Amino acid sequence: MALLEVDRLTVEFPTRRGVLRALDEVSFDIEVGEVLGVVGESGAGKSLTGAAIIGLLEPPGRVAGGQVRLDGMRIDNLSRDRMRPIRGRQIGAIFQDPLTTLNPLYAVGHQLVETMQAHLKLSDRDARERAVRWLEEVGIPAARQRIDAYPHEFSGGMRQRVVIALALCAEPRLVIADEPTTALDVSIQAQIITLLKRLTKDHGTSVMLVTHDMGVIAETADRVAVMYAGRICEIGPVRAVVKQPAHPYTEGLMGSIPSLAQRVERLRQIDGAMPRLNAIPLGCAFNPRCPKVFQRCCTERPELLAAGDTRVACWLYDAYGDKPALAATDA
Amino acid sequence: MRDGAEDFGAPMLEAIGVSRSFDVSKPWLQRMLTREGRLSLLAVDDISFVIPRGTTLSLVGESGCGKSTVARMAVGLYAPSGGQIKFEGQPLSAARAQPVMRRRMNMIFQDPYASLNPHWRVRDIVAEPIRAFGLLSSYADIAGRVAALLTQVGLAPADGEKFPHEFSGGQRQRISIARALSSEPEFLVCDEPTSALDVSVQAQILNLMRDLQVRLGLTYLFISHNLAVVRHMSDRLGVMYLGRIVELGPGEAVFRTPRHPYTRLLLEAIPDLDMVGKSRTPVGGEVPSPIDPPPGCTFHPRCPLADARCRAEKPGHTPVAAAQGEVLVACHAVEEGRDGA
Repeated sequence: MALLEVDRLTVEFPTRRGVLRALDEVSFDIEVGEVLGVVGESGAGKSLTGAAIIGLLEPPGRVAGGQVRLDGMRIDNLSRDRMRPIRGRQIGAIFQDPLTTLNPLYAVGHQLVETMQAHLKLSDRDARERAVRWLEEVGIPAARQRIDAYPHEFSGGMRQRVVIALALCAEPRLVIADEPTTALDVSIQAQIITLLKRLTKDHGTSVMLVTHDMGVIAETADRVAVMYAGRICEIGPVRAVVKQPAHPYTEGLMGSIPSLAQRVERLRQIDGAMPRLNAIPLGCAFNPRCPKVFQRCCTERPELLAAGDTRVACWLYDAYGDKPALAATDA
Repeated sequence: MRDGAEDFGAPMLEAIGVSRSFDVSKPWLQRMLTREGRLSLLAVDDISFVIPRGTTLSLVGESGCGKSTVARMAVGLYAPSGGQIKFEGQPLSAARAQPVMRRRMNMIFQDPYASLNPHWRVRDIVAEPIRAFGLLSSYADIAGRVAALLTQVGLAPADGEKFPHEFSGGQRQRISIARALSSEPEFLVCDEPTSALDVSVQAQILNLMRDLQVRLGLTYLFISHNLAVVRHMSDRLGVMYLGRIVELGPGEAVFRTPRHPYTRLLLEAIPDLDMVGKSRTPVGGEVPSPIDPPPGCTFHPRCPLADARCRAEKPGHTPVAAAQGEVLVACHAVEEGRDGA
């Protein structure tokens, strides 16, 4: 059984002008020890998926349907009091900006000790000893001397290392990392990714890695889910999704990333922009921008269908349906 | 006045030993009480480059390397504290004093949300440089020109009636480009023009900028932290580290045969689509503070090739031949031939 099962998760925001559906029947699993990458452009719903799983949706956002199961137990309908011990102990979180995650008024050691003691039965002394070990493990030089330093005394990269220690110190089974390297410079970014990869592997932690950077995903994830307008449009092993993308959106997305390896005359571009939540078209959400659109795309929403190694929400891969557009393109 | 329109390849912008320092001292009273001296930060340290007409020079580097300061100096928003910048052979300050010359340079900023006035209609934003320089006078002429500019950047003429908030990030950046083009400039400074945009939109804007360069013969100074974007855009490339250009040469030469250890580190550190399933050995260390840079070569604390000379002596630029042309590398190891290349 998968560690985390997300089943038709739907998140809605009631507004004065009607209900906006920000996540629309999103389903995926994360196995024990697996790294699932979640990519998409701003507003695709990737961070929201993470927030919904750990029960940190900002009101008025609410889970309007579907289930989230951790080890087979539903966690989407728990009360705040019953969710609190799960957050941190079972599911850790790493956010983009280390400065907002760390409390500026407490020394980093204190914050680690507090987190561990909230979830694990540890004496003050043991907890402090463990805090030093964690700081060493995430690569803070002279950890024993720096344990009583405050967040502002660390550089950006070092702060993000502390945040990683904080997320992992209660030994959660799943870590949700939301853009963990976006605020960092490239040379630091590589250090943090390597660290995150090593630690989660050593501790057998599963990771849901949310980012807009395909390069980070390509390097870190085992599987990847591509999101568009609050839906998953393609999910599968990272190699297949990056090298042989099946969904027209994924194909366009991969083509539009400038490559370091070679210079091309023109980047592939997807014209238009992602629809706003109040104007998601009928049928497939990508149909107004899709080069391979046909009749059925505009009326019926595609389910995730098997296409080679990946699963794709695109009618082109429906073995039983007719594909008039394909015939038209071939002609 | 020089008319350089015909001689393609003549320098459009030239920087000769340019430096810029900022005063980052604490307030006077605090300095007196703690008996501290003044503190200055050398953001740009003795850099030189030439941008030939019709080409793109990119400057790339991590935050705090001084690339945006160079961008601002190139259009005269900051004055250099040392050295000289020449625009079409004239000192930049003299060129900026003449409206005829000033309208020939313009800038595109990073954040399309902060660089457009939210109270103005798009047509007024785009028309402002036209009015400021008095390029056209009649209302109808200006309206026609604005419509043509909006069409040129892929928007509809009717979009001129709207306000900036009605547009997405990518469309706003198109408006910024239309505004930058409205004074009919020949030289554009682009400071991270796509950093705030999503990748699919970034591709649209980069393609548009390349098309406009070909069609209008523009010269770009392109600033970015994203090496892949820079590879796509540049003819020549300068890699900056702590205020200095450590490697400068034809873009393809720098990407294919990087010589400076920092350039190599950068190229290796970037997560790329081709990295599926591969693991890497990351380079340790972080960028030191520019207030208190290391002596000698500023990269030496992180450099695998550093020796005693690197710790003591600032490296000059060594010319290195590459298939695509000459590359200047500021590295003792390269000069002494102990970089193994």
